[in-house]
Amino acid sequence: MKNLDLIKLPFSKENPILVQVLGVCSCLAVTAQLKPAVVMALSVTVVVVLANVIISLLRNTIPPRIRIIVQLVVVSTLVVLVDQVLKAYVYDVSKQLSVFVGLIITNCIVMGRLEAFAMVQKPWASFLDGLGNGLGYSVILIALGFVRELFGSGTLWGYPVMEKLGLYGIGYENNGLMIMPPMALILVGLIIWWHRSRNKDLCEK
Amino acid sequence: MNMKWLEDWFEKIEPKGKWAWLGSTYEAFHTFAFTPKTVTKSGSHIRDAVDMKRSIIIVVIALIPALLFGMWNIGYQHFLGVEGQTFDHTILECWWFGFLRMLPLIVVSYAVGLSIEFAFAQYRHHEVNEGYLATGLLIPMIVPVTTPLWQVALAVAFAVIIGKEVFGGSGMNFLNPALVARAFLFFAYPTHMSGDKVWIANDLWGSDAIAGATPMGELAAGSHPSASALDMLIGTIPGSTCETSVIAIALGAILLLMTGIASWRIMLSVFLGGGAMGLLFNAIGYNDYMQLPFYYHFLMGGFAFGAVFMATDPVTAAQTNSGKWIYGLLIGAFAVLLRVCNPAYPEGMMLSILFMNCMAPLIDHCVVSRNIKRRERRIGR
Repeated sequence: MKNLDLIKLPFSKENPILVQVLGVCSCLAVTAQLKPAVVMALSVTVVVVLANVIISLLRNTIPPRIRIIVQLVVVSTLVVLVDQVLKAYVYDVSKQLSVFVGLIITNCIVMGRLEAFAMVQKPWASFLDGLGNGLGYSVILIALGFVRELFGSGTLWGYPVMEKLGLYGIGYENNGLMIMPPMALILVGLIIWWHRSRNKDLCEK
Repeated sequence: MNMKWLEDWFEKIEPKGKWAWLGSTYEAFHTFAFTPKTVTKSGSHIRDAVDMKRSIIIVVIALIPALLFGMWNIGYQHFLGVEGQTFDHTILECWWFGFLRMLPLIVVSYAVGLSIEFAFAQYRHHEVNEGYLATGLLIPMIVPVTTPLWQVALAVAFAVIIGKEVFGGSGMNFLNPALVARAFLFFAYPTHMSGDKVWIANDLWGSDAIAGATPMGELAAGSHPSASALDMLIGTIPGSTCETSVIAIALGAILLLMTGIASWRIMLSVFLGGGAMGLLFNAIGYNDYMQLPFYYHFLMGGFAFGAVFMATDPVTAAQTNSGKWIYGLLIGAFAVLLRVCNPAYPEGMMLSILFMNCMAPLIDHCVVSRNIKRRERRIGR
């Protein structure tokens, strides 16, 4: 039951974006279209899961005074690997994501999970925790990418949905505000609003 | 006139039992028709003839000259564009055309905005607030006449929900809702909000437009405005529906200043700030736009309308007196700065007011803490 919670909680009550408000920077920057959002979500999930497991295995050998730098070395190694894989297999998306792949190193979700969880927990629990948090982040990213691409560009994964539905013929137009980062912030705010109205215990007094 | 029957009717339909959730809606219409019978029982309270309803309705009355002129100008520009200089249509025909063009915009703005306001008030068990009566009229007055209605509806919904209700409704918003609606349209559907092909209606329905540049559009494109300063003062130029006539706006401004609804400090300082910036650019004189006489900035685009009706919004402006001076001066200065130096945004008034709306609490904080420091020094601490 406890292990199940590790996966379940980050989806709702401990969602990294909605509740801890971590990793917002990348979630504003890469969600203008669905495809980069999905790739980014997968990359972060892979990095946070592997980093959690590795740090958890090393946790008893890391001197506390240099733990941050050790964590950073592990994370950077993983991010460079992910970056190389993206460049090899999805070069166009890799170019779209540009610096944001490299910036996974400083992603607060990754660092936060390592500090708060992997340093003091066993590998299997850390694996589940990383998976839960990565997927919790992914859900929001993909939702944002879906809405922003659909209403901002009228496409989904590059497929011209709005054109096929014939909406342009009756006067519909794409919303230019949707593909700007401020609208992503507003959308995250709306999701947080909805989320808190369903979980009253999260509201600050 | 004996209104007893209406009062009796209100008493009769007061929602009870399973309809009690409609209380806010009922209360809104009841107090709209009659002075409330309930009085404050505890705490400090001020009795004043100018309550919320009256101050809002004075703003609406102050808007009427600009609104009537704007309607006439829509028709005038339309007939001028379709039939050329020699058209023979009376003033009334021009006005009637403009009235029919404006009516759907106003109806959509009020219908969408008020339904959202009522829904939120009902849901939160608040009283329905009158603030939207002014906002709902302002929004159709500051958009191009050819804006599609569904976009207006979307912008109104965005402005009321994101600009106002999420912060707690009227009085709690830190941005002017009418300008939020315009900014939404400006960034979401830029092709309908700027350029040469949005300002003059081609026919009575639809969003077709006749080409016709505003003075600001011409200046941004690098040429001198074809309209004379007198045309701009009277307002017979293309532009957003009701912002063109400085004279009509001045009539509204007089009413607002006489009744004290709007702050004269803000209004004056916006013009001072804009004028100072204009003079500064005149002194630099680097290009044609900078050499433009400074008073042209008061006559073109939304400067006068923004200074009179938008910057003075008491909720979003600075609250302290010296804060109001700083707030107004910077609005004017930024508006002219944006116009002259940023060709991507031909009109800077909207963005500069919204920007200073965000800064107003900071200005107030600085003014208040400065005052506290000064008084501390005086008592020798």
